[in-house]
Amino acid sequence: MKSKSLVSITDFTKEEYIKILDLAEEFEKNPNQKLLDGFVVATLFFEPSTRTRLSFESAVNRLGGRVIGFTEAATSSVSKGETLKDTIMTVANYSDLIVMRNPIEGSARFASEVSKVPIINAGDGANQHPTQTLLDLYSIRKTQGTLNNLNIVMVGDLKYGRTVHSLLMALTHFNPTFTFISPAELKMPMEYKLNLDKLGIKYNERTDLAEYIKNADIVYMTRVQKERFSDPIEYEKVKNAYILKNKMLEGSKDNMRVLHPLPRVNEINEDVDPNPKAYYFTQALNGVYTRMAIICYILGLKK
Amino acid sequence: MKQQKQLSVSAIENGTVIDHIPAQSLFNVINILGLDHCSNQITFGTNLDSKLLGKKAIVKIADKYFENADINKISLVAPTAKLNIIKNYEVVEKKEVELPQMVEGIIRCVNPKCITNNDRVKQKFTIESKAEVSLRCFYCEKITDQEHFEFV
Repeated sequence: MKSKSLVSITDFTKEEYIKILDLAEEFEKNPNQKLLDGFVVATLFFEPSTRTRLSFESAVNRLGGRVIGFTEAATSSVSKGETLKDTIMTVANYSDLIVMRNPIEGSARFASEVSKVPIINAGDGANQHPTQTLLDLYSIRKTQGTLNNLNIVMVGDLKYGRTVHSLLMALTHFNPTFTFISPAELKMPMEYKLNLDKLGIKYNERTDLAEYIKNADIVYMTRVQKERFSDPIEYEKVKNAYILKNKMLEGSKDNMRVLHPLPRVNEINEDVDPNPKAYYFTQALNGVYTRMAIICYILGLKK
Repeated sequence: MKQQKQLSVSAIENGTVIDHIPAQSLFNVINILGLDHCSNQITFGTNLDSKLLGKKAIVKIADKYFENADINKISLVAPTAKLNIIKNYEVVEKKEVELPQMVEGIIRCVNPKCITNNDRVKQKFTIESKAEVSLRCFYCEKITDQEHFEFV
C-alpha cells in the first residue's frame, strides 16, 4: 500500500504535525543519519525556487539518498505537450518519492491520485505549500518553547500569501491571538476570518506596523508578490507599504522573533539582519531538518 | 380567472416525471441527464404556472428510470425538483433530489489556474454549502458558487 502524500496542510492531524516537529528536532541534533541509503527522490520543479528545492535536496543528501529531477518545465517533455499524468506516472517508475512544485493549482492533489509513490507538494500555485508551514511551526516552537497561546503578527500580503493562510490554519490548533497588518487592498480574506470566528480565535486588523510589534511573540513578514498581481501598476502602488527597520524592534519582547518565508525584496531592511531577533535565515535552515522529518515520516522510516 | 389546473403535458404509461424544475433550468437539466442523446420518448413543458416556483418546467421520460446518483446531479440547478416514478399510468413512488457528496464533471471550476482547466483532468467537487449550492474544487480547493456555474 502506498504511503500517504502531503498535499495540503489539512492532510495531517495535529498529532502528526507534532510528531514531525519532534522528528525534526532529532534531525537537528543529529543530521547525518543514512536512512535514505538506496532511495531515489525525484524533485520536479516546474517553476523557480531556491530555498525549497535546495533544502529538499540537502535533506535527501544528508540522509544518504539520491536526487533526480528537473528545475524548470522547459527542460522536460512537458515542453512537448506531455500531460502531467504521463509525467508523474513515468517519474514514479524512477523514484521512491516525488517532490513537486507546479504553478497549476490542484496539480499536487491530482499527482497524488495517479502516482504509485507518495507526493510531497512543494507549492502548487497560490494554493498550498505545507512543508513551509511545518518549518514555520518548527521555528516558532523552537524560539518560543511552545506553540500555545502566542501573539502572532502577520504583515504584508495577507490576501494572496499562501504561507500566511496555511500558517494561520495550522496555528488554529494552538489557541493563538492574531494581528493582521496589511494595506487595505491586501487584507486577510473573509473566508479565513470567518473560520477564526467559528473557532473563537481572536484577531485584530490594523494598518500601522510599528505600533504592534511591542506585544508580539512572532512577527511574520511577507513579500508583496509581483507575480501574483495581474496589474503591474497596482503592484507598484503597494510594494513598499510595510517595511521593517531595525529601529522598529526597540521595546519589543526578548523572546520576539522576526520570521519571513523569503525571498525578501525590501520589506525587511538589511539593518535588521544583525539583530538577534532576526530569525529568517535560521528559519530557512530549519527547512532542511523539517523536510528530513517529513520525508522519513512519509516513507515510514521513522514513526 | 383560471379555475381549473390542467396538466399541460400528457401522461406517460411508464417512466420518470421530473416536476418543479425552475423554468430557466430546464435545458441544464436536459443536458446534465444527457437527454439530448436519449432515444426514449421525451415530452416537456416550460413556463407553466407554479405556486412554488412562479414558472416551472416539467420533463417526462418514457420507459426510463434513473439511478439516484445520476438523477441527484440535477439538484445543482433544480434543488426543488420532485420525481414521480410511473408504472401503468400510476405514480408508484415519489422522490426528492438531493445534492450528492461529490460532483464529477458537469460544472467547470471557476479558477483559471486549476489543473482541470489546464490539463486532461475531469472536474471533481465536494459540497461546500448545501443551502447556497456552492462547490469546493477537490483539486485547487477554490469555491465555485451557483452564480458562476458554467456547464462543461
